[in-house]
Amino acid sequence: MKRNRSASIWTILALVALSFMCVWPVVAATQQEQPQKTYGADEARARTQQPARWVTTDHSKHEALQGNFTSGPEVTTACLSCHNEAAKQVHQTIHWTWLCPHDEKQEMGKYGLTLNNFCVAVPSNEPRCTSCHIGYGFKDASFDFSDPTKVDCLVCHEQTGTYEKHPAGAGNPVSEPTVFPGDGKEYLPPDWNKVAQSVGRPSRKNCGDCHFMGGGGDAVKHGDLDSSLYNPPKELDVHMAADGANFSCVRCHTTEAHQIAGRCYKNPAHVERKSLIDDDQVTRIACESCHTATPHKPGVKANDHTDKVSCQACHIPTMARAEPTKMWWDWSTAGKKKDGKPYAEEGPYGKSVYDTKKGDFVWEKNVVPEYRWFNGTMLYVTLNDEIDPTEVVELNWPVGGYDDTRSRIYPFKMHRGKQPYDSGLNRMVIPHLFGKDETAYWANYDWGKAIAAGQKAKNLEYSGEYDFVETAYYYPTTHMVAPQENRLECESCHSSDGRLAKLAGFYVPGRDHFAMIDTLGYAAAILALLAVIGHGLVRYVACKRRSS
Amino acid sequence: MSESTDTRRIFLYSRFERINHWVQAALVLTLLVTGFEIHGTYSLLGFETAFDVHNFCAWTWLVLFIFDIFYLAVTGEWRQYTPTLRKLYDVMHYYMIGIFRGEPHPVPKSERAKHNPLQRLTYLGIVSVLIPFQMITGFLYYYYNDWAAIGLEGLGLGFMAALHTIGAFAFLVFLIVHVYMTTTGHTVFCHIKAMCTGWEEVEGACAAEERAST
Repeated sequence: MKRNRSASIWTILALVALSFMCVWPVVAATQQEQPQKTYGADEARARTQQPARWVTTDHSKHEALQGNFTSGPEVTTACLSCHNEAAKQVHQTIHWTWLCPHDEKQEMGKYGLTLNNFCVAVPSNEPRCTSCHIGYGFKDASFDFSDPTKVDCLVCHEQTGTYEKHPAGAGNPVSEPTVFPGDGKEYLPPDWNKVAQSVGRPSRKNCGDCHFMGGGGDAVKHGDLDSSLYNPPKELDVHMAADGANFSCVRCHTTEAHQIAGRCYKNPAHVERKSLIDDDQVTRIACESCHTATPHKPGVKANDHTDKVSCQACHIPTMARAEPTKMWWDWSTAGKKKDGKPYAEEGPYGKSVYDTKKGDFVWEKNVVPEYRWFNGTMLYVTLNDEIDPTEVVELNWPVGGYDDTRSRIYPFKMHRGKQPYDSGLNRMVIPHLFGKDETAYWANYDWGKAIAAGQKAKNLEYSGEYDFVETAYYYPTTHMVAPQENRLECESCHSSDGRLAKLAGFYVPGRDHFAMIDTLGYAAAILALLAVIGHGLVRYVACKRRSS
Repeated sequence: MSESTDTRRIFLYSRFERINHWVQAALVLTLLVTGFEIHGTYSLLGFETAFDVHNFCAWTWLVLFIFDIFYLAVTGEWRQYTPTLRKLYDVMHYYMIGIFRGEPHPVPKSERAKHNPLQRLTYLGIVSVLIPFQMITGFLYYYYNDWAAIGLEGLGLGFMAALHTIGAFAFLVFLIVHVYMTTTGHTVFCHIKAMCTGWEEVEGACAAEERAST
């Protein structure tokens, strides 16, 4: 008995030790290590919640801003009297040139030789498109890009929220109250003194008034940038929500001498993947800048994904979650009239699905992005490139691949549509859309004349023949990061019909199989099962026979 | 199934061995169920849960496996797994023919030999080849990101996944046959019962030896 009891004690002890050994490594691995000091996201959160501002001046008290301003260039001159390098700095930026500073050939950019499948291209349409330019009076190619007084400081820096440029004013505000027929809204001349004295660091409104309205209207272009970001709920954007991190745009798009961190046509937003922990001077443009390359709790598998999967891919589950975005624009159906008059038709979401000036649209909400390998560089079809009209023409495309260590799987909004091209030369074309002259498409609905005029504005060849080709345009989806509880589930990608179903050339557990191994494996299991069932049956029959 | 009533009860499996067996059985089953879900064969727990459970079981088994080797070494029970060809043919012959004729097992269990030659070969193979194979391929599969550090970057993730899948199918086949083999005792459930209580009812060893020698 005694011996038995001591044996039992040893067994129990052994079991306790065994279970401890089994459980301990797992518990240890899943223990969250609390950072000793705030850094990265925690540091940023702590900073933004501090009541103290970092600003040391009140512009309303500056003598230079007490003048009776009557125009933008006057205000700019006053600004430059103190900020005497500012105009020179601005002149170097893509916000001013509308050309990618990293493209030696100066082809890439809104004012280069690239185009999109919205209103296609800026040249010949300047007064309408350049209402979002940061200059005054960019109404045609004769715009003086070297004039410092043409820089519009206010559009980015005024803080009254009242400063508006006229949608067709080539970057100028109105000088007397004017109704814009496009939206039926009355635009008022600015109170120049008031707006000049209000200047400060750019707010969401400063950036958003242009970037949320890309393509001429709210949420049209991006799907991840729209008016809902002026004051987003936490579900929409954890970084910008007032009850989230409450960041302004420039919190991440850090700026040096007016060069704002961000992707520009040919160049990635960031080349190095560094965090503020590695280098406290790093720009905050990448998620890793604050969150590091291992942003999850230690031991969580998601940390092993950051070498191949962008943060955005999982943490922006769908885009256009608040406002519908335009997914399809078919220019080929434009020009239809009702009773001889142009008309527009409203569809779901209260958005127009047909417009005589523009053709057919499709709007969508909660859009599931498309996924591509992307190293930050986008390349573009230029107006000089030959296209293949028998296929969908991708007007831009993300560069990258599985084997490129800088590439990650990124989510994209794919905007598709049909737009005119030169069917004689097989090149994309610029249509001259806006203007009161008789060649503007929106005046006379004649594609032939509109294309001829658009091409001429950029000194480009036109064969005289045109047709419509289907095009696609990639927008990287990077804003509107959802709270972590709304991230994508693992099986969104780790399944055969998941979001990565079409991204070929690499192995994804749960998505990919080797059919041969599966077939042989299942066959072996089934054979084993049949064999044991057969063996059992024969045993049963033999036993019955023996006993009878 | 055998008509023989000439049996005696012997205590074969210690409490540790029984618990160890059933813990491993539970681990194998859970690993198979979750593993095939991770593989994409079906959807049951959801990928993430399946993945978490699979890894938890894998780590648990690794710890248990190391402990088992220690146990076998310290207790000398490793002798139960020494391979032998002696009577291997008889055992195979028994399962293919003798069992249908109601013949007794050619190698009855005893305290000194808990496993027949076929079991010894199978279990030795599983313990020394299949389990380490699954552990190594699984470990490498999991730590895919660190391959470059150990000079393995030439291999693909798919290759490692394929090896691990092959191992999983081998386990599945073993499980099917193993479960069936438990029913081949003198009653359908007697081996399973023995693995719960530790007491195995063995056909009279004398009678069996007598028959074997003639």
